[in-house]
Amino acid sequence: MTLTLHVAHLYPRLMNIYGDRGNIMCLRHRCEARGIGFELTELGLRDRLDPLGFDLIFAGGAQDREQAIVVEDLLASKAEALREAVERDVAVLAVCGAYQLFGRFYRDASGRELPGAGVFDLYTEHPGERARRCVGNIVVEWEAPQQIGHGRPGLRTIVGFENHGGRTRLGSGVRPLARVRRGSGNNGEDGTEGAVCRNAIGTYIHGSLLPKNPALADHVIRLALARRHGGVALAPIDDRAELRAHTAALRLR
Amino acid sequence: MNPRTSAAVAAGKIAGAVSRISRLGGGTAVAGLAAERIDHDIVSNLVGQAGEGAIAVTGTNGKTTTSLMLSRIASGSALRPLHNRSGSNLMRGVAAMLVEESTFAGAIPDAKRRLAILEVDEATLPAIVRAAAPRAIVFTNLFRDQLDRYGEVDTVAKAWERALAPATRDDRQQTTDNRQQTPTNTRQTATNTRQTAPGTRGAPLLVLNADDPGVAHLGRGVPRERVLYYGIEDTSAGIESDEHASDFRTCLECGSELVYGVTFYGHLGHWRCTSCGNRRPVPDIALTKVTAGADATALTIGIARHDDALPPGEMKLRLPLTGLYNAYNALAATAGALALGLPRDAIGPALEGFTAAFGRQERFAIEGRDVAVLLGKNPTGLNQVLRAIAAAEGPKRLLVFLNDGIADGRDVSWIWDADYELVQPRTEWVLAAGTRAEDLALRLKYAGFGEDVPVEHDTGRALSRAVEATPRGGTLYVIPTYTAMLDVRDLLAKRAGGRRFWEDGR
Repeated sequence: MTLTLHVAHLYPRLMNIYGDRGNIMCLRHRCEARGIGFELTELGLRDRLDPLGFDLIFAGGAQDREQAIVVEDLLASKAEALREAVERDVAVLAVCGAYQLFGRFYRDASGRELPGAGVFDLYTEHPGERARRCVGNIVVEWEAPQQIGHGRPGLRTIVGFENHGGRTRLGSGVRPLARVRRGSGNNGEDGTEGAVCRNAIGTYIHGSLLPKNPALADHVIRLALARRHGGVALAPIDDRAELRAHTAALRLR
Repeated sequence: MNPRTSAAVAAGKIAGAVSRISRLGGGTAVAGLAAERIDHDIVSNLVGQAGEGAIAVTGTNGKTTTSLMLSRIASGSALRPLHNRSGSNLMRGVAAMLVEESTFAGAIPDAKRRLAILEVDEATLPAIVRAAAPRAIVFTNLFRDQLDRYGEVDTVAKAWERALAPATRDDRQQTTDNRQQTPTNTRQTATNTRQTAPGTRGAPLLVLNADDPGVAHLGRGVPRERVLYYGIEDTSAGIESDEHASDFRTCLECGSELVYGVTFYGHLGHWRCTSCGNRRPVPDIALTKVTAGADATALTIGIARHDDALPPGEMKLRLPLTGLYNAYNALAATAGALALGLPRDAIGPALEGFTAAFGRQERFAIEGRDVAVLLGKNPTGLNQVLRAIAAAEGPKRLLVFLNDGIADGRDVSWIWDADYELVQPRTEWVLAAGTRAEDLALRLKYAGFGEDVPVEHDTGRALSRAVEATPRGGTLYVIPTYTAMLDVRDLLAKRAGGRRFWEDGR
């Protein structure tokens, strides 16, 4: 039987600011290197999301102006399907802006509350225009290394870059993706980064996120395939360039 | 002469000399910092002496080349430019240049014939508008660049709008800010002699790229006689593919999606809003025909301004640079020159005799090899460079740098939006260098360059390896980010027996 990973990329034109294309390139590469098919569907404004039509739903970061357009469309045409997809164990990966949008609400610098898609039990608050943005290289330690470790060195960590004004607080319905070793993470205070709920993962880390975090990329692929195909073993592939980039990023200030 | 200004100039000159002798990092900005500390209005007080006033050039890509072209046009018009040509484009860099040009007493020599041509960092523009009160401002384009430093493209666009809001109104003469009074008045007298040119009234003339929705937007609500639009009319220069590095997807007026009749690169093209009627303005200065050659580009520039502020005309010239981005630079410089009322017959010769700006398509002869340095500092600019390299003849040898200094942007995720794939097919040798060489090597792996793209952190060793790998008579392409370009150029200039950049010039 030939496996195919069906991926929906939400708003690829409007939300593509932090090298999000690299995440799609990475998923495609890591599937095709193992003989797994890769099929990408791009969903833009007004496109309907079929909650069970995909193995993985991906969304990235956007500028404020685009984000405002996306929120409106998300709530009108996709949020309900997204919540249903997560309930039914479809995998989700939300990076940067999408991570915030998929929470319960976003309170902007003026105190105004904007509703989110409610995929994750979390909210994000902007502490005001004068507050320092969380910007810089970030290294975090995976909360559940046994899921991804394979005993390979250096892969208990996720490395990348964060750049966000909002501070995210997790509710009881999610658990953190990782613990911050260096950087700010969700809010710069409680040491958490990202959120996990069923097979949905949200994170501030870009860089791009997946290429130099190959274990995380494989974890996402396995989560995505599991709903329809059960546990799928992914054969090892040549990750020398990936591991060099990962290791080098551990040392960045 | 303001005694504070004289003291500031003297301090700046001494600091600059000390820095140069002790070779403290290039030295160009040190003089400016020292002078600014003593006289906060140093830029205002020195630019104010320039009889021909000032023109500012800003935008994400192309400002160094465009301002150098303008400077050559001005020189060909019997003016003496005051130009921060080393690309040091923050306030302190402008101040340093002015200090260097000034006498110890704080006077700009030959002041009557001086025109300040100021290359200005996007974020520094508001301060420069206040300090230098430019007669015209040329905006090249607005792309995402250094998200960690500037914030998003929107942040820059908004800062520009705020900077121009007071300046484009007629009442600038009424300003209550006393510090502005002197230079503004000086300029008023000086520029009265050139009443025929459109850019001589109180508020600056905006020279805007019509093809960039983020730049063209600045002309909304500004009296039409204060705006000069330039753009490419030749639709054969367009590309089919939707590039991955596009920063304006939505209308700045109403937020609806923009559609393009033709795209040149990034989000530059013939755009219009799908809902509110906002669309690309018809350019006054138009590139009506562009033909790419192996090492030059043939341009036909048409001038057609409806209000007769500029007599209609046409110019044909051969620009000795490749890449559509350089055609834009030439067009922007032409529009800037026309905005200032510089003689038209000075434009063609200056552009035809143009040699590349600092680190932009510069070529060095190193031990029998031709070494071309092409700055690639953000996805859109880099894609243009990669396109130009791909179009050149023969097998390619590439030395690519990725640095993550403050001036490069600390966030390197932009490399995933650049299309390194464009140059892969005919590349026979590649080396990934710079502080983030490993990230680059991984990106190059994805572009098809193989698992084992070699990595080298040391700039000198990287250059040596690359020169060795290039046969005599062959071409090596070096693609650095900004801070890597400074290092590379310094090393290459030494190996080529050339001069260092602060001594460069004519």
